[in-house]
Amino acid sequence: MTKEIIISGFGGQGIVSSGIILAHAGLIEDKHVTFFPSYGAEMRGGTANCSVVISSEPVASPIVASPDVVIIMNEPSLARFELAVKPGGLLLYNQALIKSKPKRKDITVIPIKANVLAEELGQGRIANMVMLGVFAKKTGLLSLSTLKNAQRKRYKKANDEQLVLNDKALEKGYSLFGNSK
Amino acid sequence: MKKLFSRPEGLTDTLMRYCPGCGHGIVHRIIGELLIELGIRERTVGIAPVGCSVFADEYFNCDMIQPPHGRGPAVSAGIKRARPECIVFSYQGDGDLGSIGTAAIIHAAARSENITVVFINNAIFGMTGGQMAPTTLPGMKSTTSPKGRDVRKHGYPMKVCEMLASLDGPYYLERCAVDTVKNVVKTKKALKIVFQNQIDDKGFCLIEILSMCPTGWGQTPVQAKKWTGEVMSAYYSLGVYRDRSKEAK
Amino acid sequence: MAEKKLMYGNHAIVEGVIAAGCRFFAGYPITPQNEIPESMSVRMIEEGGVFVQTESEIAAINMLFGAAAAGKRAMTSSSSPGISLMQEGISYIAGADIPVLVVNIVRGGPGLGNIAPAQSDYYQATRGGGHGDYFTITLAPNSAQDLYEFPKLAFELAEKYRNPALILADGLLGQMMEAVEFSFEPIDPKSLPEKEWALCGCKGRERRVVRSYDLKQGRLEELNLRRAEKYAKIRSDEQRFKDEYCDDADLVVVAYGTSSRIASAAVRMAREKNLKVGLLRPITLWPFPTDVLADMSKRIENFLVVEMSCGQMIDDVKLATECRSNIQFHGRPGGGVPIPPEILKKIEAVLGGAR
Repeated sequence: MTKEIIISGFGGQGIVSSGIILAHAGLIEDKHVTFFPSYGAEMRGGTANCSVVISSEPVASPIVASPDVVIIMNEPSLARFELAVKPGGLLLYNQALIKSKPKRKDITVIPIKANVLAEELGQGRIANMVMLGVFAKKTGLLSLSTLKNAQRKRYKKANDEQLVLNDKALEKGYSLFGNSK
Repeated sequence: MKKLFSRPEGLTDTLMRYCPGCGHGIVHRIIGELLIELGIRERTVGIAPVGCSVFADEYFNCDMIQPPHGRGPAVSAGIKRARPECIVFSYQGDGDLGSIGTAAIIHAAARSENITVVFINNAIFGMTGGQMAPTTLPGMKSTTSPKGRDVRKHGYPMKVCEMLASLDGPYYLERCAVDTVKNVVKTKKALKIVFQNQIDDKGFCLIEILSMCPTGWGQTPVQAKKWTGEVMSAYYSLGVYRDRSKEAK
Repeated sequence: MAEKKLMYGNHAIVEGVIAAGCRFFAGYPITPQNEIPESMSVRMIEEGGVFVQTESEIAAINMLFGAAAAGKRAMTSSSSPGISLMQEGISYIAGADIPVLVVNIVRGGPGLGNIAPAQSDYYQATRGGGHGDYFTITLAPNSAQDLYEFPKLAFELAEKYRNPALILADGLLGQMMEAVEFSFEPIDPKSLPEKEWALCGCKGRERRVVRSYDLKQGRLEELNLRRAEKYAKIRSDEQRFKDEYCDDADLVVVAYGTSSRIASAAVRMAREKNLKVGLLRPITLWPFPTDVLADMSKRIENFLVVEMSCGQMIDDVKLATECRSNIQFHGRPGGGVPIPPEILKKIEAVLGGAR
């Protein structure tokens, strides 16, 4: 099993943190992981993105060309990564900030009003956590409790209140599509 | 029979290859004596520059290293920081220190590296054949300024003590000369102060020494001594440029 | 098994250097390796070591010269333009037979180039780099785990042969996060033996001199010949590489560092398509693993060299195989990074053409 993931949005949406949390989560579940942030020349159009690979085998390439899963947080990222997704792959997008609709028919497309849901929990900037919750549920790759552990490895200096709020956002995303699994 | 004069143990029993009338031998002897008088020979590491005194690594009777041209202060700092218990001195000429190694000496001084720098200013490139140095005086002839240093074309000489005195880092800066017995005695006194300062962990110290190069200058040894005292010393004023021990605590 | 920790490559180097018992770092900021000095400035305080931000890479390499000549493990890190500035010092250090560690997080060149990952400093790293007859032992990591382990290996080889050692990585390896296992017991610097050539004051012994020059008639020639013997020994004893799927291969991809990771993915894709493709990854770039390549060239028809440059290591592949095989090249210079499908396409083209 190898899952290649790209997360993309603009700076400040917790793109890099989301990638690192996924990598931590993979590691907690004894998988091989790589995380690679785009930087320099690849950073254009106000987007930041990162690649995460989670695998039961040692990871060959940390560079992801055709991801199994993309998490799209803003409009320019949709334009950039929709076509890259592997046929049969999964595209999660932040419907709260993206007006266009993905056109691909050969992949699973799931809209999530991530920012709206995050605001309802009291903090817009944890929209990325909502997305990670959905990711865990839809891929079945990582458990919710692992993600809760993993965010604590990323946010070592955060206070308990924030960590609990993050957990709630993860739960929110995880429970959006039924509580089975 | 009573022995009146002998080689200090701080120098090796090696025939020096310096020209007659050259000032390097005098400064070498002073340092050789101080290594013994201060009891530091066995914990000293010296740096030999690129230039006439490249052979200093054969003359000083202590551990020695020979770094790239001008990089003595950086190498000294590396040794001193790696082994603070060692006494480290960087022996450099004017091409080495004032030309190619300018950045190294300025930043070693600014960081106040706890090293001792002995800077020989003889206003010329000796080893390579008498070319113009950063310290060559205005109007002075060299093999690359055959009609004399024209400051409009070649620029002005560097006054190293004055330049370094503009920095906060140095603890002690003095310009001496070895043209007369009196000045040799003064030079030894100054060098003793700065080696002691390093023992006491005071920070960056440099002694600039006006020194004769009769071969490079096209003079006899006697003329060279006279020229050092009358012409060079007039341009490069002798004296203490920084002494933090005299400043209000 | 020790616990695994998710780390950036640049931080893995720092921990590897500390674990290798090195307590001396001097360097000058340059992207994409600034995490190394930044992290080192914290870790050296914690470990009671020396951290100096110098005025230039020239000063940094010369501080290393001093610290290493004084017998201490010393390292610097930089990126391509900075490494160019260090070449004078590296030549002197090689000429004085002093072990140091230099890490080059290679970026696109020539000149200021860009800050993207590149492999265009291969020639500089493996041909000495500065003036004179010398080589630097050059290791090419391809994972965060390697970045943690190679500093120790580099110091051991450098000290064994009294020669500078280089770690040649790139911005991708530095910026990537992977799991690192602290796979060896950290070395206490105090437990390292004193070097019999170190400058530390001549108490109770003859004085020592460290220098790269010898002006006496014929002596420098002798010295260089002796050093050539040392290099011959390194070449025969220290070739390191990893191979995957090479036994039955019709084509072997040769790639190091980042390229070898990407090529490895391409090789797996090729195998899924039933193409008999293998991967040879040189770990030591100098000494180059010539023996295995010479051996392979007797049975393997095609080699594809993949580099993030216009083609530098390919020369060593040609020399090692004595051009017996069909040697093709795929390169991405100037900060370009290949992706697995483009390498696969090239593999298919070479195999298609060969049939």
